[in-house]
Amino acid sequence: MKRWLTVYAVGFFAFLHLPLLTLAVFSFNSSRFTVWERFSLDWYRAIFRDPQLIEATWNSTIVAIVATAISTVVGTLCAYGLWKRGSRLVTGTLYLSLVTPEIVTGISLLALFQWIFRWLHWHLGLYTVILAHVAFSIAYVVIVVSARLRTVSRSLEEAAMDLGANEWEAFFYVILPALGPGIVAAALLALTVSFDDFVITSMVAGVDSETLPMVIYAMARRGASPVINAISALVTVFFGIFVLISERIRES
Amino acid sequence: MKLRFWFILPTWVWLTGLFGAPFAIVLAYSFLTRGYYGGVVQPWTLENYQRLVDPLYLRILLRSFIMAFAATGLCLILAFPAAVFISRSAKHKHLYIQLVMLPFWTSFLVRTYAWLFLLRDTGLVNTVLQRVGIIHSPLPLLYNDGAVLLGLVYAYLPFMVLPIYATLERLDPSLPEAAADLGARPWATLLHVIVPLSRPGIVAGAVLVFIPCLGAYLTPDLLGGGRTVLVGNLVQAQFTTGRDWPFGSAVSMILMLLVTILVWAFLRRESEHLA
Amino acid sequence: MKPVLELRSLVKDYTGQRALAGISLSIPRGSFFSLLGPSGSGKTTTLRMIAGFEEPTSGDVLINGEVVNCRKPYERNVSTVFQSYALFPHLSVRSNIEFGLKRHGIADSEARVVDAIKLVGLIGKEGRRPAQLSGGERQRVALARSLVLAPDVLLLDEPLAALDRNLRKQMRAELKTMQRRVGITFLLVTHDQEEALSMSDQLAVMNEGRIEQIGSPEEVYLHPRSKFVAGFLGAVNWIDGVGVRPEVTRLARESQNHGSKSFPAIVTDSVFLGDCFQVVVRLNSGEEAVAQVHRGSTVFQPGEAVHVCWNPADEITVS
Repeated sequence: MKRWLTVYAVGFFAFLHLPLLTLAVFSFNSSRFTVWERFSLDWYRAIFRDPQLIEATWNSTIVAIVATAISTVVGTLCAYGLWKRGSRLVTGTLYLSLVTPEIVTGISLLALFQWIFRWLHWHLGLYTVILAHVAFSIAYVVIVVSARLRTVSRSLEEAAMDLGANEWEAFFYVILPALGPGIVAAALLALTVSFDDFVITSMVAGVDSETLPMVIYAMARRGASPVINAISALVTVFFGIFVLISERIRES
Repeated sequence: MKLRFWFILPTWVWLTGLFGAPFAIVLAYSFLTRGYYGGVVQPWTLENYQRLVDPLYLRILLRSFIMAFAATGLCLILAFPAAVFISRSAKHKHLYIQLVMLPFWTSFLVRTYAWLFLLRDTGLVNTVLQRVGIIHSPLPLLYNDGAVLLGLVYAYLPFMVLPIYATLERLDPSLPEAAADLGARPWATLLHVIVPLSRPGIVAGAVLVFIPCLGAYLTPDLLGGGRTVLVGNLVQAQFTTGRDWPFGSAVSMILMLLVTILVWAFLRRESEHLA
Repeated sequence: MKPVLELRSLVKDYTGQRALAGISLSIPRGSFFSLLGPSGSGKTTTLRMIAGFEEPTSGDVLINGEVVNCRKPYERNVSTVFQSYALFPHLSVRSNIEFGLKRHGIADSEARVVDAIKLVGLIGKEGRRPAQLSGGERQRVALARSLVLAPDVLLLDEPLAALDRNLRKQMRAELKTMQRRVGITFLLVTHDQEEALSMSDQLAVMNEGRIEQIGSPEEVYLHPRSKFVAGFLGAVNWIDGVGVRPEVTRLARESQNHGSKSFPAIVTDSVFLGDCFQVVVRLNSGEEAVAQVHRGSTVFQPGEAVHVCWNPADEITVS
C-alpha cells in the first residue's frame, strides 16, 4: 500500500502546485497564448508601467499595514483578556465573525457605512476598507495569540506580581515578551489576509480607493491576460517569502 | 479583575460596531422595502422572505447546497489519502505539511485565476489536448458548474487535509498494529480502524470546507462566468446591479441562519464527543 | 514433537545499535514461557519479531517448524496482547473480540465469541465501549480478543504493567489458570521477576540482546549461572566470592560452627518492612550484606556486633 500512497501523494502535490507553477512559467512567455514562444520579461515591465496597478498596490499596502497594526494590538489585548478569564460571548462572537460568509460581511458593512453616511455625508474610501479589514482580522489575531498563550504558564504572571509588578507591568514586561513570536505570526497572518482580501474590500471600497485584488479581478473578468500571470507570480513569491519568515519566527 | 475588562473592551467595541451593528442593520433591512431609486424605505414587510420561496431562488439555494456538498465530498476523497501519506512518512512530515499549506498562503484570487488560465479555450489544457491530437477544437471547460466545482475543491483542499492529518497524528500507533496482528490486511485496517477513528478530523474538515463553499462568491463569479449563480452571487447582485437591498438582506439572513445552524450542530457534536 | 515456537540465532540491528545479538530458544507446546529482562535487553524486540512487526537482520523465526520471517502479522497464527491493550475505542467489547474472526472470514463465530467473553468473565459487559471499562476489564477484553482466534502462541507484552499492585497479583493467578485451561502456549515479556517466577513453566533471562540463561523458575532462581541473572531475579549478597540470598542469610549473636559459614559484622541499618526486618550489616572485609530477619526473633539494632552465617547448600556460585 505504501507504494500506492506515494504515487498518489506525487499526483496530489502536483495537482496542488502545478497550476501556480504553470502561471509563473507562462508569465515569462512572450506570447499571449499558452504556446511557448520565447522568454520575455515584457509582461513584468507592463506591470511597472501601469499607474492603476501601482496605485492599487500602494493602496493595498497601506491598508494592510494600518489594519494589521490596529488588529494586532486589539487582538493581542483581547487574547490576553480571554486567557485570564474566558468569555463565551466574546469567543463565540469572534468565531461567528470567522464563519460568516465573506459576501455577507461585505454587504453588511456596506449597509452600515451607507446608513452612517446618510447623517455624516461622507463617502466610501480607503478608511472604510481599513475599518473593514480590522473587523475580520481581529479574530485571526486572537486565535493565533491565544494558541501561543496556551503555552505560557500562568505562574509566570503570578511570579511577576509576587515580585512586585502590577497587572499592567506583568503583562508588559513578562507576558508580552513571552508572546513575541506569536504576535509576529499573528501580524503576518493578518497582513496576508488583508492584502489578499477581495470580496469584502470590493463592497466597501470607494471609487478611487482600489486595491490590488480589485484590479486583478477586473482584469480577470475581461479574460485571461499574461499581465495577470506576472502579477500572480510576483504576489505568490511575495506571499511565499512572508510565509517563510513567519514560519521561521514561529519555530523559534 | 478590572484590567481584564479594558483589555477586551477595544475588541468588544469593534465587534459591536463593525459586526453586531451591521448585522442588525441588515436584519432590519430584510424586513423593509426597496426604494424607488434603489434605497431602503418603509413599510415593514415580510415580502422579501416570501419571495425566497419562489422556485427560482429555492433552486439557487439548492444548487449552492449541492455544490458545497460535492466540493466537500471531493475534498474528503482527495485529502484523506494525502493525510495518511503524510502521517506515515518518517522523515519529511513537516515539509509535506508546509507544501500542502503553501497554496493556501498565496492569494485566493490567484489560485482561482490559475484555473481560469488553464481551462479557457486557449488555455493549457485545451492547447495540450489539441497538440496531442485528442481533440480538434477547444472544449468548453470553463464557465460552467464543473469549473466552479474544480475551483472550489482546489481552493479548500488544504482545509480538509490539515484536520484529518492532526487526528491521524493523535492515533495510538498500536491500534493499526493490533488490527494487523488480528488478521487485517492493510486495506482492511484502513477501512475498519483508521477511517472510523479519523472521524473527528473528517467532521472538522467537512465543516471547514462546506461553510465557505456554501457562501462562495468569487469562484462561481470568475469560473462560472455568470452562468453559475449561487447564493453568494445572488446576494452580491442585489447589492450592486440589482439594487434590491432588502431582498439581498433577506437572502443574507437565510444564509447566515444556515451557517449558524451548521456550526452550532458541529460544536454540539464536538462537545458531546469530548464528554 | 516439533516445538511450537523456535528462534534460531536471531540478530537485529538498528542504525548504530545491535538490539539482538543472537537469540536462540525453543518453546514447547502448551507451556507458559517468559522472557525476563531489564528495559533495553531486547525482549520486546524479540516479541515483535515473533509477531511480525519487525524483521530479523539475520536468523530465523519458526512457528510449528515453518520459517515465517517474511510473513506479515496478519499471515501468522500468533496473536499479541499489547501493553496498552490497543482496544479499538470505536468498537464495543463484543465487536473488538469479533474483529479478528471477521478479518479471517470465519462465519458462525457467535459461539466462539460468547465462550471467549465467558472465559474472561465479562458476561453482561459485551455492549460497552473500552472507555467505559476499568483497566483490568480492558485487559480481559484484549485477552479474549486474541484467544478467540486460537493462535499457536499468545504473545503478552508486559500485560500487567498498567495495573495496580493488588490487581496484578490477582491477574497473575488468573492468567496462569487461563493458560492451563485453554492449553495455548503463552509467551510473556516482562521486567518484573516476581511475575516471571510465579507464572512461568520456563523462563529466559535476557540482558543486552542476549539470553543469559533458560530454565525453570527454581533452576534460574536457585542456580543462576551469572551474576547478572542472580542479581536480576532477586537480591544477592556477595560475600567471600559466593552469593547468598537475604532470605537464607542468617544473623546470630555468637559465631556459628556446625556446618555453616560464619563472618563477623556490624549492623548498620534495620528497616521494618511489615512482614520482616531488612537488616544491613557491614563485614570486617568492608562488604555489605542484607539479611531478612523474621518478626518475633531477636531485634537487631544498628551498632550491634553480629555474625553473618548461612548454609553452604544455599550458596550461589557463578563462573
